Amino acid sequence: MKAFLTLVRLETLSSWRQGGAGMLVVMFYVMTVSLFPFGVGPDPAILSQIGAGIVWVAALLSAILSLDRMFSIDFEDGSMDLLALTAMPLEIQVIAKALSHWLNSLGPVILATPLLALVLQIGTEGLIALILTMLIGTPALSFMGAIAAALTASIKRGGVLIPLLVLPLYIPTLIFGAGAVAEVLAGTGGETGNLLFLGALSTFSFVIGPIAAAAALRTTME
Amino acid sequence: MHKFANPVRFNRLANTLLPWTFALTVTLFAAGLYYALYASPPDYQQGDSVRIMYVHVPASSLSLAIYVFMAAASAAFIIWKHPLAVLAAKAAAPIGMVFCGLALATGSIWGKPMWGTWWQWDARLTSMLVLFFLYLGYLALWQVMEDSNKAAKISSILALVGVVNIPIIKFSVEWWNTLHQPSSLIREGGSAIDPSMMTPLLLMLAAYGLYFVTVLLWRMKAEMAEKRLELALREKASWS
Repeated sequence: MKAFLTLVRLETLSSWRQGGAGMLVVMFYVMTVSLFPFGVGPDPAILSQIGAGIVWVAALLSAILSLDRMFSIDFEDGSMDLLALTAMPLEIQVIAKALSHWLNSLGPVILATPLLALVLQIGTEGLIALILTMLIGTPALSFMGAIAAALTASIKRGGVLIPLLVLPLYIPTLIFGAGAVAEVLAGTGGETGNLLFLGALSTFSFVIGPIAAAAALRTTME
Repeated sequence: MHKFANPVRFNRLANTLLPWTFALTVTLFAAGLYYALYASPPDYQQGDSVRIMYVHVPASSLSLAIYVFMAAASAAFIIWKHPLAVLAAKAAAPIGMVFCGLALATGSIWGKPMWGTWWQWDARLTSMLVLFFLYLGYLALWQVMEDSNKAAKISSILALVGVVNIPIIKFSVEWWNTLHQPSSLIREGGSAIDPSMMTPLLLMLAAYGLYFVTVLLWRMKAEMAEKRLELALREKASWS
């Protein structure tokens, strides 16, 4: 457990000190969202209607942005080989890495969401729902994303491939995440079901992600 | 199983099978198309445009089946390290993708007269589109990996992750939106399709299936020939 926490701390430190990954992700997130009013027009009625969807899509894209650092940096400088020699199972290491990705990339994204909800006229009720869905749903983005990051770890410029591999797997999270907020805003009362499915997706990816990613890492290191 | 891991034995088997599957494919396509385009009645509602069904339905059901086949072959490769299995998966993927694209294209052409629009964000269309993306990702991964041994294992893992996610994606997309008519081929209390339309549909389904088998065997043979060529060239280079 101590080693696990050390790894999370190490990942956090290196992601913030090597160019402040979290800050870059947040800037990307805020800018992406603020592009939409230029594209669809400034009408508050339209913005508040599509706002939750925009925020969720931007969150998916932000999650992808920092995925390629998850393993490829450790591969380049050789620390992945050393990590593989430690007593900690590779699966646990993947959990630590995915958790750090969630904390350092998606954590700031969630923190910046209230501001964007304000700009997009989503309203307090919608904002609470939005934050709740993101807290429950975004772990799936990190743990599913770990698979794509591990599959492409050894490929030079593999980061370009990651969106292609992982976006189809993100679709369910997007549907239930944006769906729950839409249900709250429309007052149709279907949000509990959506939230339960979001939780199920996160738990499921917590199980399948580390196993598949560790298998891919083992192959890559052979 | 491992008996057929021997390339020579597989080649012999493929060479015996191929003339038969090829001839059957051609015959079934001829018969199926005759029934589909000529000898079956037009639909009482849809008129002659119902005939698109005979190219659309087999393509879409086979593209899904081929992905499952690919995943099963990938699993066989990971578990038993069976080299032909991953070759089969690799050879099947482009065929599946073409069927998937064909299903999307014919669906779109069918949608125009029926729903009045080329594209609808309806559940079954959308999950087909996602399946197309999954095929695309799998093939792209093969393309960019330089070491073909690693590419085999890495892409097998991706195929398995994909097949586990297909039901989830399909279910969530269905939850999201539904307009497409539900499957009428397999349904409780027997099929909802009249026998006059069932015959061409089943014939076309069989024709597509055999087409897949024929092309799969061809592609696997080509893959093996390519590997042999690579080895021979490397050997030649090391001699000189």
